[in-house]
Amino acid sequence: MDHKDKVCADPWAKDLRNKACSDRLPFANFGSHQHQNKWEDPSILDYGMRIEPSFQKLSQPSEDQTSLPCNSNNEKTIADGEDVQMNDILHASKIQDWDPRTMLTNLSFLEQKIHQLQDLVHLIVGRRGQVQGRPDELVAQQQQLITADLTSIIAQLISTAGTEAPVKLQINSGSKLSEQPNQTDLITNYGTEQSYNIEEHESKDEEDADDGENLPPGTYEILQLEKEEILAPHTHFCAICGKGFKRDANLRMHMRGHGDEYKTPAALAKPNKESSSEPTLIKRYSCPYAGCKRNKDHKKFQPLKTILCVKNHYKRTHCDKSYTCSRCNTKKFSVIADLKTHEKHCGKDKWLCSCGTTFSRKDKLFGHIALFQGHTPAIPMDETKTTVGPSEHGEGSEAPNRVGSINFNFGSIVPSGSGLVQNIMDVKESVDDPTSYFSPLNFDTCNFDGFHEFPRPPFEDSESSFSFLMPGSCNYTQKTGGESNSKKVE
Amino acid sequence: MATTTTKLKRSSSLQSIKSQKAILNTNTNFFHFLSDELIFIVLDFLTPNPIDRKSFSLVCKSFYSLESKHRRTLTPLRSEHLPTILTRYPSVTRVDLTLCPRITDASLITISNACKSNLQSIDLSRSKNFSGAGLQSLALNCKNMVEIDLSNATELRDSGAAALAEAKNLERLWLGRCKMITDMGVGCIAVGCRKMKLISLKWCLGVGDLGIELLALKCKDLQSLDLSYLPITEKCLPSIFKLPHLEDLVLEGCFGIDDDSLAALKHGCKSLKKLDISSCQNISHNGLASLTSDGVLEQLVLSHGSPVTLALADSLKKLPMLQSIKLDGCSITYAGLQAIGNWCVSLRELSLSKCPGVTDEGLSSLLTKHKDLRKLDITCCRMITYTSIDRITLSCTALTSLRMESCTLVPREAFVLIGQRCRFLEEIDITDNEVDDEGLKSISRCSELSSLKLGICLNITDEGVAQVGMCCSKLVELDLYRCTGISDSGISAIARGCPGLKMINIAYCKDITDSSLISLSKCSSLNTVESRGCPLITSLGLAAIAVGCKQLVKLDIKKCINIDDAGMIPLAHFSQNLRQINLSYTSVTDVGLLSLASISCLQSLTILHLKGLTASGLAAALLACGGLTKVKLQATFKSLLPQALFEHLEARGCLFLWRDKFFRAELDPQCWKLQLEDNIL
Repeated sequence: MDHKDKVCADPWAKDLRNKACSDRLPFANFGSHQHQNKWEDPSILDYGMRIEPSFQKLSQPSEDQTSLPCNSNNEKTIADGEDVQMNDILHASKIQDWDPRTMLTNLSFLEQKIHQLQDLVHLIVGRRGQVQGRPDELVAQQQQLITADLTSIIAQLISTAGTEAPVKLQINSGSKLSEQPNQTDLITNYGTEQSYNIEEHESKDEEDADDGENLPPGTYEILQLEKEEILAPHTHFCAICGKGFKRDANLRMHMRGHGDEYKTPAALAKPNKESSSEPTLIKRYSCPYAGCKRNKDHKKFQPLKTILCVKNHYKRTHCDKSYTCSRCNTKKFSVIADLKTHEKHCGKDKWLCSCGTTFSRKDKLFGHIALFQGHTPAIPMDETKTTVGPSEHGEGSEAPNRVGSINFNFGSIVPSGSGLVQNIMDVKESVDDPTSYFSPLNFDTCNFDGFHEFPRPPFEDSESSFSFLMPGSCNYTQKTGGESNSKKVE
Repeated sequence: MATTTTKLKRSSSLQSIKSQKAILNTNTNFFHFLSDELIFIVLDFLTPNPIDRKSFSLVCKSFYSLESKHRRTLTPLRSEHLPTILTRYPSVTRVDLTLCPRITDASLITISNACKSNLQSIDLSRSKNFSGAGLQSLALNCKNMVEIDLSNATELRDSGAAALAEAKNLERLWLGRCKMITDMGVGCIAVGCRKMKLISLKWCLGVGDLGIELLALKCKDLQSLDLSYLPITEKCLPSIFKLPHLEDLVLEGCFGIDDDSLAALKHGCKSLKKLDISSCQNISHNGLASLTSDGVLEQLVLSHGSPVTLALADSLKKLPMLQSIKLDGCSITYAGLQAIGNWCVSLRELSLSKCPGVTDEGLSSLLTKHKDLRKLDITCCRMITYTSIDRITLSCTALTSLRMESCTLVPREAFVLIGQRCRFLEEIDITDNEVDDEGLKSISRCSELSSLKLGICLNITDEGVAQVGMCCSKLVELDLYRCTGISDSGISAIARGCPGLKMINIAYCKDITDSSLISLSKCSSLNTVESRGCPLITSLGLAAIAVGCKQLVKLDIKKCINIDDAGMIPLAHFSQNLRQINLSYTSVTDVGLLSLASISCLQSLTILHLKGLTASGLAAALLACGGLTKVKLQATFKSLLPQALFEHLEARGCLFLWRDKFFRAELDPQCWKLQLEDNIL
């Protein structure tokens, strides 16, 4: 156990150091550029099947270069990426035919290339100190250059892995390197650094359910996927052709087409089966979004239990709600399952209270009214319901949506570095300027002296404005976008 | 009125001469020296009669303004005059709109803006065409509103109920037959009107457990709750029974309530005085056993429920305060009646109307114990005989009300006992019995008698009725329907001896002539005259009634074939209070009908088989009678008149009932009764 902890702790420390650097130097461009690369090339996501010379070999240079954040990160991505795949393919079967010589040639070629790139980046860093005054054009050029190089390295890595993977497995299984280093941390941290200005975003998801376990820090292993991985439609990629799969089993079936070595029963078996017999370290996940309570750097970090939790949490909390309910055209969701759940009940939540809360069952509404003083059943104005509803709702929900979408863009399709900077500006603007949250219309619709008037027609987002008015009595807000909105208002 | 005014004049002039001599000149109105308060006291005594108030206000300008200030209750005839009458009467606290079939939101807004917080009570039970908007205006502007009657507002929706919820001081609310109101509306009222003391939700079929539960939870002051025919179950009962002040609970026809539901009664509702669970088929003696002995229940209505057996009677015997029990329509056993007779309490009121199974034996054993009985209803207990009447009259000498319609086996001698032994009777219903003149003479000893129903008593003649007229001076209501032995002499004796008579029915007393009506015209309080099928009555008699009985509200002269337009004209002129008239089969024509239009409060008109009536005359009359709410017409007119006319009248609030009956010749009375008995058997 001790040994494992050490191995685990090492990248941690490194990570933190890097982080500290980047904190002082919020130099966003490079990191985000990196993202773009990764996104565009699906094969890079296939960390599971990549072959890699050895962990120490590549991580060593990056260790030396911690003072140069951009570069070291760049390196580290690759280095860390390899470690993951070791774990993933740890229990693969024996190798049928492996030519170590080919492998060696490939690796030394790669090494050479990486060193070249490393030198180049060194150069750039050196120059940058001198030409600090005129940034944009030069930066863009340098970026392009490095990106091109990196892309080629990655492509080669993958092709190497295609043939060499089983070999590597053998090596790794011998050294029992089962821990998964936090290979994505740096990149994601970089990515999120840019959104530091966005206020702390605490939200109650259903992931909170696992908070009760209260594992002492250190007893579990923290993994952090990067956004791209979280948001990728497929989580398993073929190392040879790059085809993506939702399930590992499907990938393994697919692999059979790439050669007879994948056809053995062992290759087709579930990779985790053997490890289940021995005591494994509990795995917990961290959200890559800096400042999020689910991010491991948060003071009150609360880990997420499974990858699915991570995915849902990230999409719900930090992503644009891109799925709109086709029935009401108002409710938006970022997780398609949530949409489906909602659509089952959409339109059936016809029982509403003057406080704006809706209920799918009449008895629940009456229980609610019996409980709270001053609440009264709200009679839907049949005539006005349809016309007033959407327009008011639009105002209410626009602000949070905008922020959400920008966050999302951050990690994904950002056209160029300069564009990104603008984007950041946008975010700041929308965060700093409270009027974007409080459109005047939003205020108009509020009922300032209690419940004396007829409640407004039912629409979900009204909750946020109501809860703002009487924070004491509105602890029952629903876990929707509206909530985060109200939080920010406070 | 006239005497009051003169007295007033005399006293005031005396006073003014004494004290204010110096200032007097010939033109001074002496009443200026009377303070308003004094005149208001005088006016207080005029309250029962609206016509007196009217003539008072017409005496002079100052009287007019004084009367305007004094009046508290308004019963307008036309909603279009509301703005003016509301400015004339600034201190009105109650507006009764039962004569205005069409009350729009605009009218309600007018009322609410004019009366403001003065208004305490409004009756909209007979009005239509208003909505939640009008009610909201009332609720918001009239902050002191205590009482609203919205019965029959069948179009009223939850939004209207929600508007009512703004009337925070509302204490009494009637919503009978508001079928569109649901739990949501009742929930709004429950939350809004926390001072509610009485609410009637009879026939509000959209209201269920949730609404009632919330009502009981939020309105802790509720004293009276009518939930008849609601689809409620045991879910809402516990919270109802927890109401600390509930006295009157009506659960008539709540089929969802059963024995288990009533179990909650064991733990609560110590204040309940009156419980009505009639027509609740699922409640048996097991449920009634939940009524505990530490309650104060005084009145229990179990009509049309489960059979009254020994078990049921026993389950109620421990109720210490019970005074009245109604078992109408329940099949009843001897053991059950006997067990009721063994209760420790002495009942004041017992109703066994239409109970199959009531025998002489059972009734006798019951009555031996309950000697304090004041009211007894044994209507249609067809098995009882002389023995029962003997027992009743012997043990219950304090009876004030005896209703025994159609106790056909009771012989004529038995009725003599009633008059001999029960001197305190105020109300007697012996319709369709064998009573004869001897019995009637005996009954006339009940000097307190105010209501006597003798319908279809074919054995009585003028002799007996005259005796009643001579002795029962307090008689208010006399029903002689199909008493064919009665003629003018009997009626004139009644008219002479009973000046307070308000209601008389002489239908199908075929020997009655104008002289009866002329003598009846002395009874100035008469408000209901039914003289159907009296072929000898002419317009002359009717004119006498019209002139003499200014209070006349309801007149039925169907099949009085000799009444024609000549009778209608004095009627139209003098009977300004007439609301309901049946003219079918008379000789009235267009002219007579049209003249009736001058009766401004005429609401109901039945005009079938009027030979002299033309389509255009009918149309003119219908248009002229602005306050009509119900018209019964021959179906042939439907095609003869333009549809737009009916639409217009319906929009005014008038309902049309189309009848397509053939003319039927009148049967001989004896023959009619035989036919009736055939139908029963």
